[in-house]
Amino acid sequence: MSDDIVNIEVDGEAVEARRGQMLIEVTDAVGAYVPRFCYHDKLSVAANCRMCLVEVEKVPKPMPACATPVGEGMKVFTKSPKAIAAQKATMEFLLINHPLDCPICDQGGECELQDLAIGYGRDVSRYNDGKRVVKDKDIGPLVSTDMTRCIHCTRCVRFGEEITGKPQLGTTDRGENMKIGTYVEQSVDHELSANIIDLCPVGALNNKPYRYSARAWEMAQHATVSPHDCVGSNLYAHVLRGTVKRIVPRANESINESWIADRDRYSYEAIYSGDRLMRPRVKENGAWRDVDWEGALAQAADVLKSADQDKVALIATPAVTVEEGHLLSQIADHLGTANIDHRVGRRDVSDQDNDPMYPSLGCSIAEIEQHDAILVAGSNVRAEAPIIAHRLRKAAVAGAAISFANSSVYEYLFDVANYLSGAGLVELLAGVAVAAADGNSLPDSVTELCDGVTASGAHKDVARSLAEADRAIVLLGNIAGRHASYTAVRALAAAIAELTGASFGGLSEGPNSAGACLAGVLPHRAQGGENRVTAGLDVASMLAQAMDAVVLVNVEPDADIHAATDAVARLAEQAFVVALTPFVSDALLEAADLLLPTGTFAETSGTYVNVEGTWQSFSGVASAVGEARPTWKVLRVLGNLVDAPGFDYVTSVDVRDEFVARLGEISTSNAYEASGRIAKVNGADAPANDIDIPLYSVDALVRRATALQLTDEAQRARAVSDG
Amino acid sequence: MTATKVYVPRETSAVSVGADEVAVAIAREAKQSGTSIELIRNGSWGATWLEPLVEVEVDGARIAYGNVSEEDVPAMFAAGLLEGGEHKRRLGPIMEVGYLIRQDRWTCWRCGLIDPLSLQDFRLHQGFNALEKAFAEGPDAVLDSVTESGLRGRGGAGFPTGIKWRTVAETDADQKYIACNADEGDSGTFSDRMLMEGDPLGLIESMAIAGYAVGASKGYIYLRSEYPLTYAILTRALETARDSGWLGDNIQGSGFDFDIELHLGAGSYVCGEETAMLESLEGKKGIVRYKPPLPAHEGLFGKPTVVNNVITLASVPNIVNLGGERYAGMGVNRSKGTLAFQLAGNIKRGGLVEKSFGVTLRELIDDWGGGTASGRPVKAVQVGGPLGAYIPAAQLDTPLDYEAFVDIGAMIGHGGIVVFDDTADMAQQARFAMEFCAIESCGKCTPCRIGSTRGVEVIDRMIAGEKREENYDLLVELCDTMEDASLCAMGGMTPYPVRSVLKHFAEDFASSGGDR
Repeated sequence: MSDDIVNIEVDGEAVEARRGQMLIEVTDAVGAYVPRFCYHDKLSVAANCRMCLVEVEKVPKPMPACATPVGEGMKVFTKSPKAIAAQKATMEFLLINHPLDCPICDQGGECELQDLAIGYGRDVSRYNDGKRVVKDKDIGPLVSTDMTRCIHCTRCVRFGEEITGKPQLGTTDRGENMKIGTYVEQSVDHELSANIIDLCPVGALNNKPYRYSARAWEMAQHATVSPHDCVGSNLYAHVLRGTVKRIVPRANESINESWIADRDRYSYEAIYSGDRLMRPRVKENGAWRDVDWEGALAQAADVLKSADQDKVALIATPAVTVEEGHLLSQIADHLGTANIDHRVGRRDVSDQDNDPMYPSLGCSIAEIEQHDAILVAGSNVRAEAPIIAHRLRKAAVAGAAISFANSSVYEYLFDVANYLSGAGLVELLAGVAVAAADGNSLPDSVTELCDGVTASGAHKDVARSLAEADRAIVLLGNIAGRHASYTAVRALAAAIAELTGASFGGLSEGPNSAGACLAGVLPHRAQGGENRVTAGLDVASMLAQAMDAVVLVNVEPDADIHAATDAVARLAEQAFVVALTPFVSDALLEAADLLLPTGTFAETSGTYVNVEGTWQSFSGVASAVGEARPTWKVLRVLGNLVDAPGFDYVTSVDVRDEFVARLGEISTSNAYEASGRIAKVNGADAPANDIDIPLYSVDALVRRATALQLTDEAQRARAVSDG
Repeated sequence: MTATKVYVPRETSAVSVGADEVAVAIAREAKQSGTSIELIRNGSWGATWLEPLVEVEVDGARIAYGNVSEEDVPAMFAAGLLEGGEHKRRLGPIMEVGYLIRQDRWTCWRCGLIDPLSLQDFRLHQGFNALEKAFAEGPDAVLDSVTESGLRGRGGAGFPTGIKWRTVAETDADQKYIACNADEGDSGTFSDRMLMEGDPLGLIESMAIAGYAVGASKGYIYLRSEYPLTYAILTRALETARDSGWLGDNIQGSGFDFDIELHLGAGSYVCGEETAMLESLEGKKGIVRYKPPLPAHEGLFGKPTVVNNVITLASVPNIVNLGGERYAGMGVNRSKGTLAFQLAGNIKRGGLVEKSFGVTLRELIDDWGGGTASGRPVKAVQVGGPLGAYIPAAQLDTPLDYEAFVDIGAMIGHGGIVVFDDTADMAQQARFAMEFCAIESCGKCTPCRIGSTRGVEVIDRMIAGEKREENYDLLVELCDTMEDASLCAMGGMTPYPVRSVLKHFAEDFASSGGDR
């Protein structure tokens, strides 16, 4: 028997436990439920609520299961008269002050206090004096407060201290006057902050936009997946009569654990934005009028069919689903064009033939935490993928050396090992590459890039931390992906990884860059990654040339396209632009000739492949708004109308299944091999040339989510962009 | 002719009754009469009822004058004060004052005797001898002596100091700390203050010994903010120790590094609880931590830490000097050695009495205290601060012994003894205990935070005669919950005084109000 195992008894059952483990972990594991409020398996033990008291043999007082380590031979009784009496006594105390306003509380029906009060509370209180009342706080647009309901479990406080690293809530005063609040009158605005709503066991912290709009028990819960970043956080949509009322996390330890980003939670507001395109519209002689679906689709098909095959352009975003990508790619094939792309943010495609089959992180999301050293280059990672940033923070807290190479300095709420900045990304990485080579030869591809570069102490520190780590990785971010000389950036990062023995990967844009690549929504590669015989045009080239027909699939040209400048004006010059879009905007009205209303992620089914290569399918959870149709259905009908063969799918599952069946072996390799020596980049590396997209500007949904736009973070970003 | 030494305490209780003014008056009179005196501001001997207690050294003996006021000074000079002349304030040689000579002064023996800020005086009175002996004999010898002495924590819990020190000594860490708890917040207690003001270098020596024994290089004194004079005295004593090489790197060439930081609290009772004190020392809000981990394993800044009360630490130098066995020979049963008891409340002769365990409450109150100040019979005695039980007069023969006190539902705690005469309304005292907890609770755990506030309300209803029996039962259950479920001793012990009133003085609820 191992020294690390102790034998204890829980309610008469023999149980093995790990030495030093807290009792509550053991009782939970064997299904002996102990009531609790302050304990949470993702947070440190506080032992303040005193609800989890259990009887331990030979101990005179009841012991808190959350803070009592197991010991050999310990006999625990979770439901003995003594344990139950202690639990009930604590419950009676908690209910003295709690307002018991369940009928007007959003937490009603899903409240830990309410649930446990049924099991452990008295029907009538023996304490009839005045209840404690606490003034509510305004902690920002996302979380509502009813602080009188607070039972001081401090889960929200510990969340800030331990999970985000930004302790924005704390306790002030003492005794009965102790209250939760912000230290100074500030909003709670970390990108994960609204998780405190789920952590709060009572109705003290609630969902502000959702407030008073539904009851927990009247909504249906549907699983879905976040469309905002390469993580694909698992969500539940809570839907009342076809309308999404709120979004909550769906626990998935390997992806988002039990957290979601605030934008995952609140972007649903955009589904019901006033900007929704309610029915198809066509522009005739500069004036827009509504048309019916049949006429609109027929017109779109006519335009495509009559277009010169080299002058058809299909542009999507990385939010395109696998199914939509498969249909779009087949339409392109049928029309005989390779002018199809989803890489709206990528400016430098010169080295695209050396791209991996699909962009990937280079490890699983959970494995980030297992690295000892990580270099993150060209990334505002808290804005690009909040959950990845959280995993990086966990790695750092566990002792990993996390370094950054960014021309700008972003705030990270952990100890950063080294932060290289103040120069262009190519320059920064060249320094690290030279340091990593340490006098030995550099890979041939980067010799010219590194010519004349000397490594500073910081460059050497970064290189050393990667080289000395048991497990290290170099990660490129979205700013790197949008860099004007991505080729050089990638070659240098790959060289650093090679020289230091680190693995290499990166964050991709949107929820489905991987799926879009596999589906062949690329000008140079067909489905499954096969090189096309003749490469088509990338996004910038399509816009630069005169096209007969351009199809935009859920693209907002003013905000989503970074591959080219003046996208709106260039599209407006095109002969005919069909835009499939959930939203109407001034830019689309200027750029497009035909608008086809499509559903948002909530109104469609589909599949995203996230940055670690996990396929996640989801169903539509909400009723369509107006006459919007799921994009895949629009493409399916359009395919019929242009006579594409085999377009007789009934469901999106048919589309996916066909795609999966056709897809050969998928290479997950991130290995990078340059085609030759990469030339100096000169002016392309200017820091001012970086494209950084703020946290609440990443996509059409987020940009229209009212509560998110009211946050300090969004307002700061607007102030910067308004200059 | 050498200057005559005149001692006037610079100690909070003496100063509060005019010691500073007396000192000024003595200096003025001496100057006017053209006599040369050396005015020494010593600590208090602990006989606070005699303060300001002035001493004049005549032929090697110190002649004491008690309760001296500013106005007395000219007449005392006229009566030959500097020669020990007769005056109504004259008590005779200090070493013959009965209140003092019948004590067992082990820990506080230098208090009053020496000039607290004179390194020379301290050294003349064995100062730093114990530290030197520790350096000579090694850490293990210190740990052995302390263990052998049977010394238990004087802060209240009575945990064996030797075991605590050895735990810290045996815990592997790159940094360890000594945290001296000088947040003396219990009502009726002042022994820490008297010791720190009367023998600050003694505390410094004690902490250095502790640091040497366990391998700590840094100590903290957590001093309550209500002791400004103590702060000033300790600050100067720390400077003196540093300047003379008794603190800092390589103390006296021993190779041992140790320094002490003085940290001022901010007026919270619960910061006297060791884990809340550690939080406060770390710069955080003073709220209690759950245990385990014990501070001895993970204490200040997560490092192994000895948390000891002032008196506990100050008992150690003599244990090192004279041997643990000698200390263990005093006291009774498992209560070894001495405790600096403090007589307060309604008492004729209040003050500090350091006495071996085993002395009874009655002996302390009658023989030293002289009974109540009012002259009326004793009704109750609260020992151990605001969370200690109210002991009825019938139990005054209980010996001061940790276990004997537990047996009667009471505790010795820090040794503060507060006396009440028969006019005391014990129902109001029960209410006070709850109210004290309501005001001072850190608010972290449910039972203490809510129970104390609601406990006051229940007692109010009982006093008002509202459903007295029902509320009596409710109060008992409320006390059960606080005692069983609270996170720390604050909430866990608040029921002690309340229950003692219910048990011994229940009739006071009726006389305090009337049935409705």
